[in-house]
Amino acid sequence: MAATGAPTKITQGSQTKGGIGESTLRPDGTLKVTGEFAYSSDMWHEDMLWGQILRSTVAHAEIVSIDTGEALAMAGVYAVMTYDDLPTEVRNYGLEIQDTPVLAHGKVRHHGEPVAIVAADHPETARRAAAKIKVEYRELPVITDEASATAPDAILVHEGRDDHHIGHVPHPNIVHRQPIVRGDADEAAKRADVIVKGEYYFGMQDQAFLGPESGLAVPSEDGGVELYVATQWLHSDLKQIAPVLGLPEDKVRMTLSGVGGAFGGREDLSMQIHACLLAMRTGKPVKIVYNRFESFFGHVHRHPARLYYEHGATKDGKLTHMKCRIVLDGGAYASASPAVVGNASSLSVGPYVIDDVDIEAIALYSNNPPCGAMRGFGAVQACFAYEAQMDKVAKELGMDPVEFRRINAMEQGTIMPTGQPVDSPAPVAELLRRVKAMPLPPERQWESSEGADVRQLPGGLSNTTHGEGVVRGVGYAVGIKNVGFSEGFDDYSTAKVRMEVVGGEPVATVHTAMAEVGQGGVTVHAQIARTELGVTQVTIHPADTQVGSAGSTSASRQTYVTGGAVKNACELVREKVLEIGRRKFGSYHPAWATAELLLEGGKVVTDGGEVLGDLVDVLEGEAVEVEEEWRHRPTEAFDLRTGQGNGHVQYSFAAHRAVVEVDTELGLVKVIELACAQDVGKALNPLSVIGQIQGGTIQGMGIAVMEEIVVDPKTAKVRNPSFTDYLLPTILDTPTIPVDVLELADDHAPYGLRGIGEAPTLSSTPAVLAAVRNATGLELDRTPVRPEHLTGTA
Amino acid sequence: MRVNFTVNGRPQEADDVWEGESLLYVLRERMGLPGSKNACEQGECGSCTVRLDGVPVCSCLVAAGQAQGREVVTVEGLADFAKERAEGCATGACGSGAAKGTTLDEAKRWQARGSDSHTGEGTELAPIQQAFIDAGAVQCGFCTPGLLVAADEMLERNPNPTDADIREALSGNLCRCTGYEKIMDAVRLAAARQSEGV
Repeated sequence: MAATGAPTKITQGSQTKGGIGESTLRPDGTLKVTGEFAYSSDMWHEDMLWGQILRSTVAHAEIVSIDTGEALAMAGVYAVMTYDDLPTEVRNYGLEIQDTPVLAHGKVRHHGEPVAIVAADHPETARRAAAKIKVEYRELPVITDEASATAPDAILVHEGRDDHHIGHVPHPNIVHRQPIVRGDADEAAKRADVIVKGEYYFGMQDQAFLGPESGLAVPSEDGGVELYVATQWLHSDLKQIAPVLGLPEDKVRMTLSGVGGAFGGREDLSMQIHACLLAMRTGKPVKIVYNRFESFFGHVHRHPARLYYEHGATKDGKLTHMKCRIVLDGGAYASASPAVVGNASSLSVGPYVIDDVDIEAIALYSNNPPCGAMRGFGAVQACFAYEAQMDKVAKELGMDPVEFRRINAMEQGTIMPTGQPVDSPAPVAELLRRVKAMPLPPERQWESSEGADVRQLPGGLSNTTHGEGVVRGVGYAVGIKNVGFSEGFDDYSTAKVRMEVVGGEPVATVHTAMAEVGQGGVTVHAQIARTELGVTQVTIHPADTQVGSAGSTSASRQTYVTGGAVKNACELVREKVLEIGRRKFGSYHPAWATAELLLEGGKVVTDGGEVLGDLVDVLEGEAVEVEEEWRHRPTEAFDLRTGQGNGHVQYSFAAHRAVVEVDTELGLVKVIELACAQDVGKALNPLSVIGQIQGGTIQGMGIAVMEEIVVDPKTAKVRNPSFTDYLLPTILDTPTIPVDVLELADDHAPYGLRGIGEAPTLSSTPAVLAAVRNATGLELDRTPVRPEHLTGTA
Repeated sequence: MRVNFTVNGRPQEADDVWEGESLLYVLRERMGLPGSKNACEQGECGSCTVRLDGVPVCSCLVAAGQAQGREVVTVEGLADFAKERAEGCATGACGSGAAKGTTLDEAKRWQARGSDSHTGEGTELAPIQQAFIDAGAVQCGFCTPGLLVAADEMLERNPNPTDADIREALSGNLCRCTGYEKIMDAVRLAAARQSEGV
């Protein structure tokens, strides 16, 4: 282990090419650029049918009747199924709370809820058949916010709750509540020279992964089913799918297909059970592919949130206290809401030292679209609000916003509001210093001799300005995200590693159930195996349920946890290989017994560099295989009244500086540059690390200036379920993204690494908003900010 | 109906095509060419970009019948197309693209290709394809086929693009993973290699 804060030193495998720390290229890169990579929507099977889901057209209603007769009578239709056709008594599923019906039973709770499913020989036939199903609804009042959810006469979104949160929530329309109390916020407030309050709104964001929900279910001869699907966690899917089908888990054989992005949106099931049901009903393979419209209804979104904050500070810039209340709208089903509440509350203070806090976070049940996991969940919403507060307090004190943050920045040893000490580097001030030190892009280019390129101005090719009315702003933000599953969850992963001689060369095979969703886990696993086993030839086995669970590809955890499992399994394989070597060749050289031995470049060498033998000779006639679970250190649940507990595994930090130009007349924002500095502990693959940081940064920018699922507050219906109306950043909208990577080892983690995927999504949004405030002088308490908010026409 | 057109230099025929089927659907589901992707099927994301008589189009918005008798180039044929262009045949129609779809059997056998990370072994790639791999412009890869076809076409027209030119040319192609920086790097790299004749 390296000394805390120093980069990790690697001994074993440091001489082997393609190991950790190198920017090796993706093993699936060639397939992905030639179009041969098999995504879940590319699956094809002889005689396959197409599945289609009929979804509710209203948000909240009793189902009076469903008439499938006309649909069933259509030529080419093989099956129509409703709730009444489900094969077992298990008819709900869910990540934590099994509150989500496979098909609606008597009631629909949100716009787009699945009501019936159809299988037909052509996708258009299936669509038309679904449209022929007659569903009569009796509409109910919709619950759309905290007031309507907790009104005395509020209809309960879920009657008869018996989940483990019901005992501590103040109302059955609240999924989970987590208070955190530390010190005495009221008493500390008396020491404050300034007190700043704010109310903020964070809009509903969509993951908008490009590969739609899709897959193929193939019935097998033993009565089971094979499912090829894009997901973030095969074993979690399996646990939810098998009981509904009435099958033991070993009869549902899942294989990961190519995954076209995830970002949290594939943690919950989508078409998995529906495809299996139709396949088992018809005895034929069934493929389901959502189109984009359906995809907006087919997965959970990022929780919209209303956040109420109060901060106090002394004249010299020290924060005295913080009070906050965070209301997350979980929509109709629980999904990941409890964990989102845990993150929002425990990270609500941000990366700052505040000893006296009074915190409450809740998630509502409502008739809005279900919300759950999306990159940075809980922490993202809080960061937007506390960073806005930091700027407000700094302004109130007449201080520079970066200097104010530096004064209050947490560091290693800081105690979190949960009582948990931060026991690895927390270079918050340093990250801010670094982004601030980066050179600023040149100003007012349009006044230079080169003149204006409208493509680089707000409004772009719409040619709305040549610089008139355009002002620049600069803003800063920093955030804190937990890594891994928290609050006592048994967050393990499994790796199977095999080493043998193939074609005269030592080859390692790594088999895990990790979902490669684009993040580059397959690249990193091969690097780890090269480093730990001193070989260059590594094969990555397809991810499936024939090996133990890898846990979810989420929470910035896979390189840490499944990477840790691969490292651990490799170490065990290495020990066995050396054991074989000692047995076979120990008598030829005393160093086999006395020296520390390493595997390097396909050979067994001493730590002094003396070659003792070839792996090919050691492994001749033998294969070594190890499958082993691996765990990071355990965490604890947060106390339900005080929020105290060592709930998190690791923290991850990033800082951004945003430079924007705003056309103040039209309210158009052009983000010119988004500079990021992040501590990654150890960059196992620097190219991939930078790719993650840049991608996360732009998802944060999207929710700052354009992305929002708009839900009609009167009907709870989604108004913009398309890429025409839900705006994603294009390459024209995005700025340059210079990245500065720090590598300060966390001694508790494999190679000292830090989970990296989410932190850049946190601070990007508030940095952009801060820059827009800086440019315009407006308060701007909601995100995304739209033209009408900047022109006073909202 | 029956539809005949040329895909990647090879005449193709599809029978029993419903009139409402898109070119994208026929390529993916009837011709075994799933490389062109189906991310939005409403012409907003560019992941289905192919060239129709040389012009980049969203194949999801082209009715299959509109392709009758015309030349289509997809990502599967991009390497051959680029090679033939380099050899002086600009239409891509003078060779036989070795296009190949993915059957379930092949999909089942999928594994990270090659035993190490030096991708591209045994596969001849177009310069833009190699540049995307080298620059780290591929993450989930779902936008990649459409971006490759669009970027290749831009470099054909404009071998020395400015950054603003690249952004304008690729503005119809959404990517959700990369934040586009590595895509910019990849196109700059391909342009630089092209001008150096590498």
